[in-house]
Amino acid sequence: MSAPGFDVERIRKDFPVLGRELPGGRSLVYLDSGNSSQKPTQVIETMRDHLTWHYGNVGRALHVLGSESTEAYEAARDKIAAFVKAPSRDEIVFTKNASEALNLVAYAFGNPVGEDERFRIGPGDEIVISEMEHHSNIVPWQLLAQRTGATLRWFPVTDEGRLDIGGLEELVNERTKIVSIAHQSNVLGTVNSVSPILARVREVGALMMLDASQSVPHQPVDVTELGVDFVAFTGHKMVGPSGIGVLWGRRELLDAMPPFLGGGEMIEAVWMDRSTYAPVPHKFEAGTPPIVEAIGLGAAADYLTAVGMDQIKAHEKELVAYALEALPEVPGLRIIGPRTPIARGGTISFTLEGIHPHDVGQILDDVYGIAVRVGHHCARPLHLRFGIPATTRASFYLYNTTAEIDALVRGLHHVQKVFG
Amino acid sequence: MIGESMYQELILEHYKHPQGRGLRDPYDAEVHHVNPTCGDEVTLRVKVADGGKVLDVSYDGQGCSISQAAASVLHELATGSTVEESLSVVEEFTRLMQGRGQVEPDEDVLGDAVAFAGVAKFPARVKCALLAWMAYKDALMRSQG
Repeated sequence: MSAPGFDVERIRKDFPVLGRELPGGRSLVYLDSGNSSQKPTQVIETMRDHLTWHYGNVGRALHVLGSESTEAYEAARDKIAAFVKAPSRDEIVFTKNASEALNLVAYAFGNPVGEDERFRIGPGDEIVISEMEHHSNIVPWQLLAQRTGATLRWFPVTDEGRLDIGGLEELVNERTKIVSIAHQSNVLGTVNSVSPILARVREVGALMMLDASQSVPHQPVDVTELGVDFVAFTGHKMVGPSGIGVLWGRRELLDAMPPFLGGGEMIEAVWMDRSTYAPVPHKFEAGTPPIVEAIGLGAAADYLTAVGMDQIKAHEKELVAYALEALPEVPGLRIIGPRTPIARGGTISFTLEGIHPHDVGQILDDVYGIAVRVGHHCARPLHLRFGIPATTRASFYLYNTTAEIDALVRGLHHVQKVFG
Repeated sequence: MIGESMYQELILEHYKHPQGRGLRDPYDAEVHHVNPTCGDEVTLRVKVADGGKVLDVSYDGQGCSISQAAASVLHELATGSTVEESLSVVEEFTRLMQGRGQVEPDEDVLGDAVAFAGVAKFPARVKCALLAWMAYKDALMRSQG
Protein backbone atom coordinates (compact mmCIF):
# COMPACT_ATOMS: atom_id res chain seq x y z
CA MET A 1 0.00 0.00 0.00
CA SER A 2 2.78 2.41 0.91
CA ALA A 3 5.23 3.80 -1.61
CA PRO A 4 7.96 1.27 -2.43
CA GLY A 5 10.81 1.36 0.03
CA PHE A 6 8.84 3.41 2.53
CA ASP A 7 8.57 1.61 5.84
CA VAL A 8 6.63 3.68 8.36
CA GLU A 9 7.38 1.30 11.24
CA ARG A 10 11.11 1.68 10.63
CA ILE A 11 10.72 5.48 10.49
CA ARG A 12 8.78 5.51 13.76
CA LYS A 13 11.77 3.91 15.49
CA ASP A 14 13.81 7.01 14.63
CA PHE A 15 11.45 9.12 16.76
CA PRO A 16 11.85 7.96 20.38
CA VAL A 17 8.93 10.04 21.68
CA LEU A 18 6.46 8.07 19.56
CA GLY A 19 7.13 5.07 21.81
CA ARG A 20 6.53 7.09 24.97
CA GLU A 21 3.88 6.19 27.48
CA LEU A 22 1.71 9.08 28.67
CA PRO A 23 0.41 9.38 32.26
CA GLY A 24 -2.22 6.73 32.91
CA GLY A 25 -0.57 4.27 30.56
CA ARG A 26 -1.91 5.80 27.35
CA SER A 27 0.26 5.58 24.26
CA LEU A 28 0.90 8.73 22.25
CA VAL A 29 -0.94 9.39 18.99
CA TYR A 30 0.73 12.52 17.67
CA LEU A 31 -1.44 14.28 15.10
CA ASP A 32 -0.11 17.80 15.62
CA SER A 33 2.87 18.00 13.27
CA GLY A 34 1.39 20.99 11.45
CA ASN A 35 1.91 22.80 14.74
CA SER A 36 5.37 21.35 15.37
CA SER A 37 6.92 18.05 14.34
CA GLN A 38 8.73 15.52 16.51
CA LYS A 39 12.50 15.02 16.17
CA PRO A 40 14.41 11.93 15.06
CA THR A 41 17.43 10.59 16.93
CA GLN A 42 19.63 11.71 14.02
CA VAL A 43 18.80 15.38 14.66
CA ILE A 44 18.98 15.08 18.45
CA GLU A 45 22.37 13.32 18.31
CA THR A 46 23.84 15.78 15.80
CA MET A 47 22.94 18.67 18.09
CA ARG A 48 24.16 16.88 21.21
CA ASP A 49 27.44 15.98 19.52
CA HIS A 50 28.01 19.55 18.41
CA LEU A 51 27.22 21.01 21.83
CA THR A 52 29.41 18.42 23.52
CA TRP A 53 32.51 18.47 21.32
CA HIS A 54 32.58 21.27 18.76
CA TYR A 55 30.78 24.30 20.14
CA GLY A 56 32.22 27.80 19.69
CA ASN A 57 30.93 31.05 18.26
CA VAL A 58 30.73 31.26 14.49
CA GLY A 59 32.40 33.58 12.04
CA ARG A 60 34.75 35.30 14.46
CA ALA A 61 36.59 32.81 16.66
CA LEU A 62 39.96 31.71 15.33
CA HIS A 63 40.42 28.66 17.52
CA VAL A 64 39.65 25.04 16.69
CA LEU A 65 36.18 25.04 18.24
CA GLY A 66 35.27 28.30 16.53
CA SER A 67 36.28 27.01 13.16
CA GLU A 68 34.55 23.67 13.67
CA SER A 69 31.35 25.47 14.64
CA THR A 70 31.63 27.84 11.69
CA GLU A 71 32.21 24.96 9.35
CA ALA A 72 29.21 23.03 10.67
CA TYR A 73 26.99 26.13 10.62
CA GLU A 74 27.92 26.96 7.03
CA ALA A 75 27.60 23.29 6.04
CA ALA A 76 24.01 23.47 7.32
CA ARG A 77 23.46 26.37 4.92
CA ASP A 78 24.72 24.18 2.05
CA LYS A 79 22.34 21.41 3.08
CA ILE A 80 19.35 23.74 3.17
CA ALA A 81 20.32 25.29 -0.16
CA ALA A 82 20.44 21.81 -1.69
CA PHE A 83 17.19 20.81 0.03
CA VAL A 84 15.18 23.58 -1.68
CA LYS A 85 17.40 23.64 -4.81
CA ALA A 86 18.56 27.20 -4.26
CA PRO A 87 20.85 28.35 -7.10
CA SER A 88 23.32 29.74 -4.55
CA ARG A 89 24.09 29.02 -0.89
CA ASP A 90 24.29 32.78 -0.33
CA GLU A 91 20.55 32.97 -0.96
CA ILE A 92 19.81 31.05 2.25
CA VAL A 93 19.35 33.43 5.19
CA PHE A 94 18.96 31.87 8.63
CA THR A 95 16.29 33.54 10.77
CA LYS A 96 14.75 32.46 14.02
CA ASN A 97 11.52 31.25 12.37
CA ALA A 98 9.27 31.79 9.36
CA SER A 99 7.68 34.83 11.02
CA GLU A 100 11.05 36.56 11.15
CA ALA A 101 11.70 35.68 7.51
CA LEU A 102 8.38 37.25 6.51
CA ASN A 103 9.06 40.31 8.64
CA LEU A 104 12.54 40.66 7.16
CA VAL A 105 11.03 41.07 3.70
CA ALA A 106 8.15 43.27 4.89
CA TYR A 107 10.62 45.63 6.58
CA ALA A 108 12.68 45.89 3.38
CA PHE A 109 9.76 47.83 1.89
CA GLY A 110 9.40 51.53 2.48
CA ASN A 111 12.71 51.65 4.31
CA PRO A 112 14.59 54.92 3.67
CA VAL A 113 17.90 53.02 4.07
CA GLY A 114 17.12 51.15 0.85
CA GLU A 115 17.21 52.81 -2.53
CA ASP A 116 15.86 50.16 -4.84
CA GLU A 117 12.70 51.19 -6.68
CA ARG A 118 11.09 47.74 -6.21
CA PHE A 119 11.01 48.18 -2.44
CA ARG A 120 9.66 51.73 -2.48
CA ILE A 121 6.08 51.82 -1.24
CA GLY A 122 3.61 54.47 -0.19
CA PRO A 123 0.01 55.67 -0.44
CA GLY A 124 -1.60 54.30 -3.60
CA ASP A 125 0.60 51.20 -3.66
CA GLU A 126 -0.87 47.81 -2.83
CA ILE A 127 0.11 44.65 -0.98
CA VAL A 128 -1.80 41.43 -1.72
CA ILE A 129 -2.21 38.48 0.65
CA SER A 130 -5.05 35.97 1.07
CA GLU A 131 -7.82 35.15 3.48
CA MET A 132 -6.26 31.75 4.29
CA GLU A 133 -3.02 33.13 5.73
CA HIS A 134 -1.46 32.37 9.08
CA HIS A 135 -1.22 35.52 11.21
CA SER A 136 2.51 35.60 10.46
CA ASN A 137 1.70 36.32 6.81
CA ILE A 138 -0.97 38.90 7.69
CA VAL A 139 0.28 41.06 10.53
CA PRO A 140 3.71 42.02 9.03
CA TRP A 141 1.88 43.31 5.93
CA GLN A 142 -0.74 45.14 8.01
CA LEU A 143 2.13 46.84 9.83
CA LEU A 144 3.79 47.70 6.51
CA ALA A 145 0.54 49.22 5.25
CA GLN A 146 0.21 51.24 8.46
CA ARG A 147 3.81 52.48 8.28
CA THR A 148 3.65 53.54 4.67
CA GLY A 149 0.02 54.32 3.85
CA ALA A 150 -0.08 51.49 1.30
CA THR A 151 -3.28 49.46 0.91
CA LEU A 152 -3.59 45.82 2.01
CA ARG A 153 -5.76 43.61 -0.21
CA TRP A 154 -6.44 39.88 -0.28
CA PHE A 155 -7.65 36.93 -2.31
CA PRO A 156 -10.89 35.48 -0.95
CA VAL A 157 -11.33 31.77 -0.21
CA THR A 158 -14.06 29.60 -1.77
CA ASP A 159 -16.53 27.52 0.26
CA GLU A 160 -14.46 24.47 -0.64
CA GLY A 161 -11.38 26.06 0.91
CA ARG A 162 -9.56 26.93 -2.31
CA LEU A 163 -8.01 30.26 -3.18
CA ASP A 164 -10.48 32.26 -5.27
CA ILE A 165 -8.41 33.81 -8.04
CA GLY A 166 -11.43 34.89 -10.09
CA GLY A 167 -10.51 38.52 -9.48
CA LEU A 168 -6.78 38.06 -10.11
CA GLU A 169 -6.50 40.61 -12.95
CA GLU A 170 -8.04 43.37 -10.87
CA LEU A 171 -6.54 42.37 -7.52
CA VAL A 172 -2.97 42.17 -8.78
CA ASN A 173 -2.41 45.29 -10.85
CA GLU A 174 0.10 48.03 -11.69
CA ARG A 175 -0.16 49.38 -8.13
CA THR A 176 0.79 46.03 -6.58
CA LYS A 177 4.27 45.91 -5.00
CA ILE A 178 4.21 42.41 -3.50
CA VAL A 179 1.97 39.36 -3.34
CA SER A 180 2.58 37.05 -0.36
CA ILE A 181 0.54 33.87 0.08
CA ALA A 182 0.76 30.48 1.73
CA HIS A 183 2.11 27.67 -0.41
CA GLN A 184 0.02 25.30 1.70
CA SER A 185 -2.66 26.37 4.18
CA ASN A 186 -2.01 25.42 7.81
CA VAL A 187 -5.76 25.01 8.40
CA LEU A 188 -7.35 23.85 5.15
CA GLY A 189 -4.45 21.77 3.88
CA THR A 190 -4.97 23.41 0.48
CA VAL A 191 -1.87 23.54 -1.73
CA ASN A 192 -2.10 26.72 -3.75
CA SER A 193 -1.29 26.82 -7.41
CA VAL A 194 1.48 29.39 -7.75
CA SER A 195 1.95 29.75 -11.52
CA PRO A 196 -1.24 31.62 -12.54
CA ILE A 197 -0.68 34.19 -9.80
CA LEU A 198 3.03 34.46 -10.55
CA ALA A 199 2.33 35.06 -14.25
CA ARG A 200 0.15 38.05 -13.34
CA VAL A 201 2.70 39.27 -10.77
CA ARG A 202 5.36 39.31 -13.49
CA GLU A 203 3.03 41.11 -15.91
CA VAL A 204 2.61 43.99 -13.48
CA GLY A 205 6.23 44.00 -12.30
CA ALA A 206 5.52 43.14 -8.65
CA LEU A 207 7.36 40.69 -6.38
CA MET A 208 6.03 37.42 -4.98
CA MET A 209 6.68 35.65 -1.70
CA LEU A 210 5.53 32.26 -0.45
CA ASP A 211 4.99 31.22 3.13
CA ALA A 212 6.15 27.64 2.66
CA SER A 213 6.14 26.67 6.35
CA GLN A 214 3.59 23.93 5.64
CA SER A 215 4.90 22.77 2.26
CA VAL A 216 8.70 22.47 2.56
CA PRO A 217 8.41 19.79 5.30
CA HIS A 218 5.93 17.72 3.29
CA GLN A 219 6.76 17.82 -0.41
CA PRO A 220 9.79 18.36 -2.63
CA VAL A 221 10.17 22.13 -3.06
CA ASP A 222 12.38 23.59 -5.78
CA VAL A 223 12.58 27.37 -5.42
CA THR A 224 13.84 27.81 -8.98
CA GLU A 225 10.98 25.80 -10.39
CA LEU A 226 8.48 27.76 -8.28
CA GLY A 227 9.91 30.91 -9.82
CA VAL A 228 8.90 33.26 -7.01
CA ASP A 229 11.16 35.86 -5.38
CA PHE A 230 11.09 34.88 -1.70
CA VAL A 231 10.26 31.71 0.24
CA ALA A 232 9.96 31.51 4.03
CA PHE A 233 9.90 28.32 6.09
CA THR A 234 10.73 27.09 9.56
CA GLY A 235 12.86 24.32 11.07
CA HIS A 236 10.66 22.92 13.79
CA LYS A 237 7.93 21.75 11.42
CA MET A 238 10.43 19.71 9.35
CA VAL A 239 11.80 17.44 12.11
CA GLY A 240 14.36 20.12 13.03
CA PRO A 241 14.63 22.17 16.20
CA SER A 242 12.69 25.34 17.06
CA GLY A 243 14.51 28.68 17.00
CA ILE A 244 15.68 28.38 13.40
CA GLY A 245 13.90 29.44 10.22
CA VAL A 246 14.90 30.20 6.67
CA LEU A 247 14.42 32.95 4.15
CA TRP A 248 15.33 32.09 0.61
CA GLY A 249 15.48 35.08 -1.72
CA ARG A 250 16.87 35.84 -5.14
CA ARG A 251 20.44 36.99 -4.74
CA GLU A 252 19.93 40.15 -6.71
CA LEU A 253 16.97 41.16 -4.54
CA LEU A 254 18.68 40.31 -1.25
CA ASP A 255 21.61 42.48 -2.42
CA ALA A 256 19.26 45.36 -3.14
CA MET A 257 17.46 45.16 0.22
CA PRO A 258 18.48 47.19 3.26
CA PRO A 259 19.61 45.28 6.38
CA PHE A 260 16.86 44.20 8.77
CA LEU A 261 18.47 43.96 12.22
CA GLY A 262 21.75 45.70 12.95
CA GLY A 263 24.50 44.17 15.08
CA GLY A 264 27.57 42.01 15.14
CA GLU A 265 28.59 39.97 12.09
CA MET A 266 26.27 41.82 9.70
CA ILE A 267 28.81 44.58 9.07
CA GLU A 268 31.78 45.16 6.82
CA ALA A 269 33.14 48.24 8.59
CA VAL A 270 31.74 50.49 11.31
CA TRP A 271 32.52 54.14 12.09
CA MET A 272 30.83 56.11 14.83
CA ASP A 273 28.45 57.75 12.37
CA ARG A 274 27.89 55.06 9.71
CA SER A 275 28.51 51.47 8.66
CA THR A 276 28.90 49.37 5.59
CA TYR A 277 27.42 45.93 5.49
CA ALA A 278 28.57 42.37 4.96
CA PRO A 279 27.51 40.64 1.75
CA VAL A 280 24.46 38.37 1.85
CA PRO A 281 23.52 36.19 3.62
CA HIS A 282 25.49 37.63 6.57
CA LYS A 283 23.99 41.10 6.04
CA PHE A 284 20.75 39.65 7.44
CA GLU A 285 22.22 37.59 10.27
CA ALA A 286 22.97 40.12 13.01
CA GLY A 287 24.38 38.85 16.28
CA THR A 288 25.27 35.31 17.33
CA PRO A 289 22.89 33.12 15.35
CA PRO A 290 21.09 29.98 16.60
CA ILE A 291 24.20 27.90 15.81
CA VAL A 292 23.26 24.47 17.08
CA GLU A 293 19.70 24.92 15.82
CA ALA A 294 20.99 25.61 12.30
CA ILE A 295 23.20 22.53 12.50
CA GLY A 296 20.22 20.53 13.73
CA LEU A 297 18.18 21.81 10.79
CA GLY A 298 20.93 20.66 8.43
CA ALA A 299 20.66 17.19 10.00
CA ALA A 300 16.88 17.35 9.56
CA ALA A 301 17.30 18.09 5.84
CA ASP A 302 19.71 15.15 5.58
CA TYR A 303 17.20 12.91 7.33
CA LEU A 304 14.26 13.93 5.13
CA THR A 305 16.39 13.60 1.99
CA ALA A 306 17.48 10.11 3.00
CA VAL A 307 13.84 9.06 3.48
CA GLY A 308 12.92 10.83 0.26
CA MET A 309 10.63 13.83 -0.06
CA ASP A 310 8.69 12.13 -2.88
CA GLN A 311 8.10 9.14 -0.60
CA ILE A 312 6.97 11.38 2.25
CA LYS A 313 4.57 13.21 -0.02
CA ALA A 314 3.13 9.91 -1.29
CA HIS A 315 2.76 8.53 2.24
CA GLU A 316 0.93 11.63 3.44
CA LYS A 317 -1.32 11.56 0.41
CA GLU A 318 -2.36 8.02 1.38
CA LEU A 319 -3.00 9.12 4.95
CA VAL A 320 -5.09 12.11 3.96
CA ALA A 321 -7.12 10.08 1.44
CA TYR A 322 -7.77 7.52 4.18
CA ALA A 323 -8.76 10.21 6.70
CA LEU A 324 -11.03 12.01 4.21
CA GLU A 325 -12.92 8.71 3.83
CA ALA A 326 -12.97 7.81 7.51
CA LEU A 327 -13.73 11.13 9.24
CA PRO A 328 -17.12 11.88 7.64
CA GLU A 329 -18.40 8.66 9.26
CA VAL A 330 -18.49 10.62 12.51
CA PRO A 331 -21.98 12.15 12.83
CA GLY A 332 -22.04 15.95 12.72
CA LEU A 333 -18.45 16.23 11.49
CA ARG A 334 -17.82 18.98 8.95
CA ILE A 335 -14.47 19.24 7.20
CA ILE A 336 -13.28 22.81 6.66
CA GLY A 337 -11.22 22.56 3.47
CA PRO A 338 -11.00 20.41 0.35
CA ARG A 339 -12.69 17.03 0.71
CA THR A 340 -10.65 15.39 -2.04
CA PRO A 341 -6.98 14.46 -1.67
CA ILE A 342 -6.09 16.54 -4.74
CA ALA A 343 -3.84 19.58 -4.34
CA ARG A 344 -4.03 19.30 -0.59
CA GLY A 345 -1.66 18.18 2.13
CA GLY A 346 -2.10 16.07 5.23
CA THR A 347 -3.82 18.65 7.40
CA ILE A 348 -7.53 18.29 8.13
CA SER A 349 -9.55 20.77 10.17
CA PHE A 350 -13.11 20.06 11.18
CA THR A 351 -15.98 20.97 13.47
CA LEU A 352 -18.29 18.65 15.39
CA GLU A 353 -21.78 20.04 15.54
CA GLY A 354 -22.64 21.43 18.94
CA ILE A 355 -19.31 20.51 20.53
CA HIS A 356 -16.60 23.08 21.16
CA PRO A 357 -13.13 22.13 19.82
CA HIS A 358 -11.58 22.61 23.27
CA ASP A 359 -13.83 19.87 24.59
CA VAL A 360 -12.97 17.68 21.60
CA GLY A 361 -9.23 18.17 22.09
CA GLN A 362 -9.41 17.63 25.84
CA ILE A 363 -11.23 14.29 25.59
CA LEU A 364 -9.00 13.06 22.74
CA ASP A 365 -5.92 13.86 24.78
CA ASP A 366 -7.06 12.73 28.20
CA VAL A 367 -8.78 9.52 27.18
CA TYR A 368 -6.86 8.41 24.11
CA GLY A 369 -3.51 10.21 24.19
CA ILE A 370 -4.35 11.78 20.83
CA ALA A 371 -2.63 15.13 20.34
CA VAL A 372 -4.49 17.44 17.97
CA ARG A 373 -4.64 21.21 17.84
CA VAL A 374 -7.79 23.12 18.73
CA GLY A 375 -8.57 26.80 18.29
CA HIS A 376 -8.12 29.16 15.35
CA HIS A 377 -4.58 27.94 14.54
CA CYS A 378 -3.29 31.50 14.14
CA ALA A 379 -5.67 31.96 11.21
CA ARG A 380 -8.56 33.86 12.75
CA PRO A 381 -9.69 35.65 9.56
CA LEU A 382 -10.08 32.28 7.83
CA HIS A 383 -12.29 31.03 10.67
CA LEU A 384 -14.33 34.24 10.49
CA ARG A 385 -14.72 33.58 6.75
CA PHE A 386 -16.30 30.21 7.56
CA GLY A 387 -18.38 31.68 10.40
CA ILE A 388 -16.85 29.48 13.10
CA PRO A 389 -14.84 30.48 16.18
CA ALA A 390 -12.51 27.48 16.14
CA THR A 391 -11.80 24.06 14.67
CA THR A 392 -10.10 20.82 15.65
CA ARG A 393 -7.10 20.04 13.44
CA ALA A 394 -5.38 16.74 12.80
CA SER A 395 -2.12 17.03 10.85
CA PHE A 396 -0.07 14.11 9.58
CA TYR A 397 3.59 13.54 8.86
CA LEU A 398 5.93 10.82 7.70
CA TYR A 399 5.66 8.88 10.97
CA ASN A 400 1.85 8.67 11.14
CA THR A 401 -0.17 5.56 10.32
CA THR A 402 -3.70 4.70 9.24
CA ALA A 403 -4.11 2.97 12.62
CA GLU A 404 -3.67 6.39 14.24
CA ILE A 405 -6.44 7.78 12.04
CA ASP A 406 -8.63 4.88 13.17
CA ALA A 407 -7.85 5.85 16.77
CA LEU A 408 -8.87 9.44 15.99
CA VAL A 409 -12.20 8.29 14.54
CA ARG A 410 -12.83 6.08 17.60
CA GLY A 411 -11.93 9.00 19.85
CA LEU A 412 -14.35 11.31 18.06
CA HIS A 413 -17.17 8.79 18.45
CA HIS A 414 -16.44 8.80 22.17
CA VAL A 415 -16.49 12.61 22.25
CA GLN A 416 -19.95 12.43 20.67
CA LYS A 417 -21.05 10.07 23.42
CA VAL A 418 -19.85 12.37 26.20
CA PHE A 419 -21.35 15.57 24.82
CA GLY A 420 -24.15 14.32 22.59
CA MET B 1 -9.25 8.74 32.78
CA ILE B 2 -8.37 12.29 33.69
CA GLY B 3 -10.63 13.86 31.11
CA GLU B 4 -13.73 12.11 32.29
CA SER B 5 -13.08 13.26 35.84
CA MET B 6 -12.83 16.86 34.67
CA TYR B 7 -16.15 16.54 32.89
CA GLN B 8 -18.27 15.80 35.94
CA GLU B 9 -21.85 14.76 35.22
CA LEU B 10 -23.02 17.99 36.82
CA ILE B 11 -20.92 20.09 34.45
CA LEU B 12 -22.24 18.24 31.42
CA GLU B 13 -25.78 18.61 32.76
CA HIS B 14 -25.40 22.40 33.06
CA TYR B 15 -23.77 22.54 29.63
CA LYS B 16 -26.61 20.64 27.96
CA HIS B 17 -29.35 22.39 29.97
CA PRO B 18 -28.04 25.84 30.91
CA GLN B 19 -29.95 27.57 33.70
CA GLY B 20 -31.05 31.18 33.32
CA ARG B 21 -29.43 31.65 29.94
CA GLY B 22 -30.47 34.65 27.84
CA LEU B 23 -30.14 38.38 28.48
CA ARG B 24 -33.00 39.91 30.46
CA ASP B 25 -34.31 43.33 31.46
CA PRO B 26 -34.19 45.16 33.76
CA TYR B 27 -30.52 45.30 34.67
CA ASP B 28 -28.11 47.65 36.45
CA ALA B 29 -24.94 46.75 34.59
CA GLU B 30 -23.87 44.75 31.55
CA VAL B 31 -20.34 43.52 30.77
CA HIS B 32 -18.76 41.58 27.94
CA HIS B 33 -15.72 39.41 28.69
CA VAL B 34 -13.67 37.35 26.24
CA ASN B 35 -10.92 34.79 26.50
CA PRO B 36 -8.64 35.76 23.59
CA THR B 37 -6.72 32.49 23.56
CA CYS B 38 -9.77 30.38 22.73
CA GLY B 39 -12.41 32.88 21.64
CA ASP B 40 -14.86 32.06 24.43
CA GLU B 41 -17.10 34.98 25.29
CA VAL B 42 -19.85 35.95 27.68
CA THR B 43 -22.17 38.91 27.98
CA LEU B 44 -23.56 39.19 31.48
CA ARG B 45 -26.12 41.43 33.22
CA VAL B 46 -26.91 41.90 36.89
CA LYS B 47 -29.93 43.39 38.63
CA VAL B 48 -29.50 44.21 42.31
CA ALA B 49 -32.27 45.37 44.71
CA ASP B 50 -31.77 48.31 47.08
CA GLY B 51 -31.19 45.99 50.01
CA GLY B 52 -28.28 44.32 48.23
CA LYS B 53 -30.21 41.27 47.08
CA VAL B 54 -29.19 39.92 43.63
CA LEU B 55 -32.49 39.76 41.73
CA ASP B 56 -31.12 38.37 38.45
CA VAL B 57 -27.93 37.28 36.73
CA SER B 58 -28.61 36.85 33.03
CA TYR B 59 -26.07 35.94 30.40
CA ASP B 60 -25.39 34.83 26.88
CA GLY B 61 -22.23 33.56 25.30
CA GLN B 62 -20.40 30.94 23.35
CA GLY B 63 -17.61 28.60 24.19
CA CYS B 64 -16.60 25.24 25.55
CA SER B 65 -18.60 23.14 27.99
CA ILE B 66 -16.54 24.37 30.95
CA SER B 67 -17.11 28.07 30.29
CA GLN B 68 -20.81 27.66 29.53
CA ALA B 69 -21.54 25.35 32.46
CA ALA B 70 -19.69 27.69 34.82
CA ALA B 71 -21.99 30.54 33.75
CA SER B 72 -25.04 28.36 34.38
CA VAL B 73 -23.87 27.36 37.87
CA LEU B 74 -23.05 30.98 38.66
CA HIS B 75 -26.58 32.00 37.72
CA GLU B 76 -28.03 29.44 40.11
CA LEU B 77 -25.76 30.33 43.01
CA ALA B 78 -25.88 34.10 42.72
CA THR B 79 -29.53 34.75 41.90
CA GLY B 80 -31.45 35.23 45.12
CA SER B 81 -28.42 35.63 47.35
CA THR B 82 -26.95 38.94 48.49
CA VAL B 83 -24.08 40.77 46.82
CA GLU B 84 -21.91 40.06 49.82
CA GLU B 85 -22.72 36.33 49.94
CA SER B 86 -22.21 35.85 46.24
CA LEU B 87 -18.87 37.66 46.31
CA SER B 88 -17.64 35.25 48.96
CA VAL B 89 -18.65 32.37 46.66
CA VAL B 90 -16.74 34.03 43.79
CA GLU B 91 -13.73 34.37 46.07
CA GLU B 92 -13.83 30.71 47.09
CA PHE B 93 -14.36 29.58 43.49
CA THR B 94 -11.38 31.67 42.34
CA ARG B 95 -9.25 30.21 45.13
CA LEU B 96 -10.23 26.70 44.06
CA MET B 97 -9.58 27.36 40.36
CA GLN B 98 -6.19 28.94 40.95
CA GLY B 99 -5.11 26.21 43.36
CA ARG B 100 -3.66 23.87 40.68
CA GLY B 101 -5.66 21.01 42.14
CA GLN B 102 -4.03 21.41 45.57
CA VAL B 103 -6.87 23.32 47.25
CA GLU B 104 -9.52 21.54 49.31
CA PRO B 105 -12.79 23.20 48.28
CA ASP B 106 -15.31 24.41 50.87
CA GLU B 107 -18.46 22.62 49.76
CA ASP B 108 -20.69 24.60 52.09
CA VAL B 109 -19.74 27.80 50.31
CA LEU B 110 -19.48 26.46 46.77
CA GLY B 111 -22.49 24.16 46.44
CA ASP B 112 -22.69 22.79 42.87
CA ALA B 113 -19.61 24.78 41.86
CA VAL B 114 -17.50 22.21 43.67
CA ALA B 115 -17.93 20.04 40.55
CA PHE B 116 -15.31 22.23 38.86
CA ALA B 117 -12.56 21.13 41.27
CA GLY B 118 -11.11 18.82 38.60
CA VAL B 119 -10.69 21.70 36.15
CA ALA B 120 -8.10 23.31 38.44
CA LYS B 121 -5.63 20.61 37.39
CA PHE B 122 -5.74 21.88 33.81
CA PRO B 123 -4.14 25.35 33.76
CA ALA B 124 -5.25 25.88 30.16
CA ARG B 125 -8.90 25.45 31.16
CA VAL B 126 -9.00 27.49 34.36
CA LYS B 127 -9.67 30.65 32.39
CA CYS B 128 -12.69 28.96 30.81
CA ALA B 129 -14.20 28.22 34.22
CA LEU B 130 -13.50 31.71 35.54
CA LEU B 131 -14.75 33.67 32.51
CA ALA B 132 -18.37 34.20 33.64
CA TRP B 133 -17.40 34.53 37.30
CA MET B 134 -14.95 37.35 36.60
CA ALA B 135 -17.58 38.98 34.40
CA TYR B 136 -20.04 38.76 37.30
CA LYS B 137 -17.60 40.40 39.72
CA ASP B 138 -16.97 43.15 37.19
CA ALA B 139 -20.71 43.67 36.60
CA LEU B 140 -21.39 43.91 40.35
CA MET B 141 -18.69 46.55 40.76
CA ARG B 142 -20.17 48.58 37.94
CA SER B 143 -23.71 48.24 39.31
CA GLN B 144 -22.55 49.57 42.68
CA GLY B 145 -21.17 52.60 40.80
